[in-house]
Amino acid sequence: MASDSTAGAAARPKGTGLFAPGANRIAFALLLLVAVAAPYIVSEYWLRAIFIPTLIFGLAALGLNMVTGYAGLISMGQAAFMAVGAFTAVIAYGKFGVPIPLALLLAGCLAATIGVAFGTPSLRIRGLYLMVATLAAQFIIIWILQRVPWTGSGSFATINTPPVRIGGWAATTTADHYYLVLIVVAAMTAFGRNLVGSHIGRAWMALRDHETAAAVMGVSMLRYKLLAFLVSSFYAGVAGGLVVFGWTGAASVQEYELDVSIKILGMIIVGGLGSVMGSFLGAAFIMLLPILIGLGMHHVAALVGRSVASVDILANAEHIVFGSLVLFFLIKEPHGLARLWQRLTDWIDAKFSTGKTRVRSEDPK
Amino acid sequence: MLQGRTRKAFDRLSGLALAGVVSAGAFWAAEAAAQQYKGEIIHPMMVTRTGPFATAATGVTAGQQDYYALVNSKGGVEGHKIVWEECEFEYKVPRALECYERHRGKWKVVYPNSTPAIFALADRVTKDEVLAINLAGGRSDSTDGETFPYLAPVVANFWAQATSTIKYIAQLEGGAEKLKGKKIAYIHLDNDYGRQPFPMFDILAKKYGFEWKSWALSWPALEQSAAWVDIARRYRADYTIGWLYGQSCNVPYTEISKVGYPIKKYISSLWCGTEDDVGPAGALAKGTVTANYHGVGRNFPVIQEILNTLYKTGKGNADPNRVGTVAYNRGIITGIVIVEAMRNGIKAHGAPLDGKKVRDGYRMIKLDDARLKELGASGLMPNLIFSAKNHGGMDAQLFQTWDGATWKTISGWITPYEDIVQAKIAESAKAFREQTSKPK
Repeated sequence: MASDSTAGAAARPKGTGLFAPGANRIAFALLLLVAVAAPYIVSEYWLRAIFIPTLIFGLAALGLNMVTGYAGLISMGQAAFMAVGAFTAVIAYGKFGVPIPLALLLAGCLAATIGVAFGTPSLRIRGLYLMVATLAAQFIIIWILQRVPWTGSGSFATINTPPVRIGGWAATTTADHYYLVLIVVAAMTAFGRNLVGSHIGRAWMALRDHETAAAVMGVSMLRYKLLAFLVSSFYAGVAGGLVVFGWTGAASVQEYELDVSIKILGMIIVGGLGSVMGSFLGAAFIMLLPILIGLGMHHVAALVGRSVASVDILANAEHIVFGSLVLFFLIKEPHGLARLWQRLTDWIDAKFSTGKTRVRSEDPK
Repeated sequence: MLQGRTRKAFDRLSGLALAGVVSAGAFWAAEAAAQQYKGEIIHPMMVTRTGPFATAATGVTAGQQDYYALVNSKGGVEGHKIVWEECEFEYKVPRALECYERHRGKWKVVYPNSTPAIFALADRVTKDEVLAINLAGGRSDSTDGETFPYLAPVVANFWAQATSTIKYIAQLEGGAEKLKGKKIAYIHLDNDYGRQPFPMFDILAKKYGFEWKSWALSWPALEQSAAWVDIARRYRADYTIGWLYGQSCNVPYTEISKVGYPIKKYISSLWCGTEDDVGPAGALAKGTVTANYHGVGRNFPVIQEILNTLYKTGKGNADPNRVGTVAYNRGIITGIVIVEAMRNGIKAHGAPLDGKKVRDGYRMIKLDDARLKELGASGLMPNLIFSAKNHGGMDAQLFQTWDGATWKTISGWITPYEDIVQAKIAESAKAFREQTSKPK
């Protein structure tokens, strides 16, 4: 991981972050409003097929961003940690009747424990070598979930959850599930944002930017590297639990294969390494774009007549367009969507703030 | 990084990209608003046209569409034309969920042709009261229609398939008692399609004294050389059973010839039994055996009718060469089952159809000899008779060998060990009821 290219939005001077004045602040307020009012604005399709998965994968991506974007340690096991969380949550709730908030906490904790175990190689190795070591997590965890009968998955490798209830409240409608997901994700995002802004986040960035220099300055490698894996896999674990309670209603091994880990990595690269907001932008990009492209092409085909391109060609073209768009955005803004967003808000601020001088958020380079 | 002109061009391009995305959304909203009930049956279909599993899947999709087109050309289902729309999901679970949500409320019956997707959809279709079917796949225990009111394997569930395959091996050996001491290697995709036979092999191995071992391949299973060396040289399996899909079905044939394993001892599941699964392997696949559950070729009145009405005028949905292939015929069979369910649904509850009416129609399906003859499908498919309790799945298999050009049937109908399968279904359905009941 080239460390100099990872200085994204979080490295901005104080006061220009989430609660910065100007366009960013208005946009954030709007975003919050949309998130809270979503069930009243958008259709159920958007909630169930777009909003909920985007929030869940955004949370997992945020976790990965802490370890990869902030601490500079590449990890390929995020989907497996999600799987640990999903199975822990469904077993704790379904089999032992642990209340859902506790089950989610347990899911995060177990994933974090396992994450730390697989994070230990990071003390000795870096870069591609570490990537291969974390890849092992992906294979070992999935293998265990499929083989060990105690996980209850058996030959189906799928466990369904009982109806979701917290205390006297039962999640019956899509909006209920959405709010459950939103509350957990919002709380953890706020926590994550504060965490990366704290001395821990600064220690991670110091390690990322120059490990030896950081060590000389007294940043404990052991402590902060393992902490990065701990927090990262905790987030993945909770995200896995949310998949069960908020989205699919089941823990199923094949939803956490290697390609999902790669996808989450793609989310933070497209969204912006070292950016909280980028994690969610990236998740939305990766989840939403293929769907929009597919739909768009079908409509174009319907307009110009079906005979122009066969359905087979259309289906395959979707991948080509998606790949080109990913490339395009990365060339356009190598720092990811978060940086693009920042440039946009800065531009709006500059346009509309007549006379006032303001500290512009500059790339620290 | 980018300067001057390039920069400007890029900015313009990005504007275009954004406009494209926005207009796609707008189109979609416009179309959603334009869709109103006009007497036809809107039938969304999940399809896999891209990725390593597209080979067989596209044939199955085309077969269904041709059958719908044929039904439409004869006036539709009880006077209602079927209008299908495709939703590409690449055999991937999250995309299948998205497809389902995109067309939620419009589904008459969900057929993803993907066992993992069935597992993920189970919860939603049950709440929304839409039947999800997966012919010769899905959840084996969904044969129990009472526990799984909105899931159905339709024909030969995986447990029936697995026991029937073992029975076939026993027949080759000259009796089940001859299985004692034999070694069976099981090479399979490591998902809930490939893993479902496990409990059946365990029970039968114990009962008949043979030994079996699993070689699990992770998706998409295109690299198998290590497994085959192990099976042929170290384990020295007497028989090898394969449970692969799509392009991964082709891979064993080169490996088998490399390691010198007898090809006649390699028996694949019916999901590797299409022409597309052996064609690319060429002569290497000659002599291999796979299971199947239906007739092959074009010599069925229904397929002749499709050739005459659709393909003569160039209106077919498949490459004409694919008509009559295994995957295509599976599509026809699927089409017949779905149309029967729709027809029964309209007859019993009237139009417009919804998921629940089609489910009820499915439970009334009585495809016996007489009905199959009427449909021109005698010999194409087994008799299928369902009820509220029985969602199908306890069917026999045929075995076929590849002679280098076509599949030749080499066995009679081999029934599953029904008592064993039924016991497992009861046990598994009970476990499911416990899982999804209220938390303790």
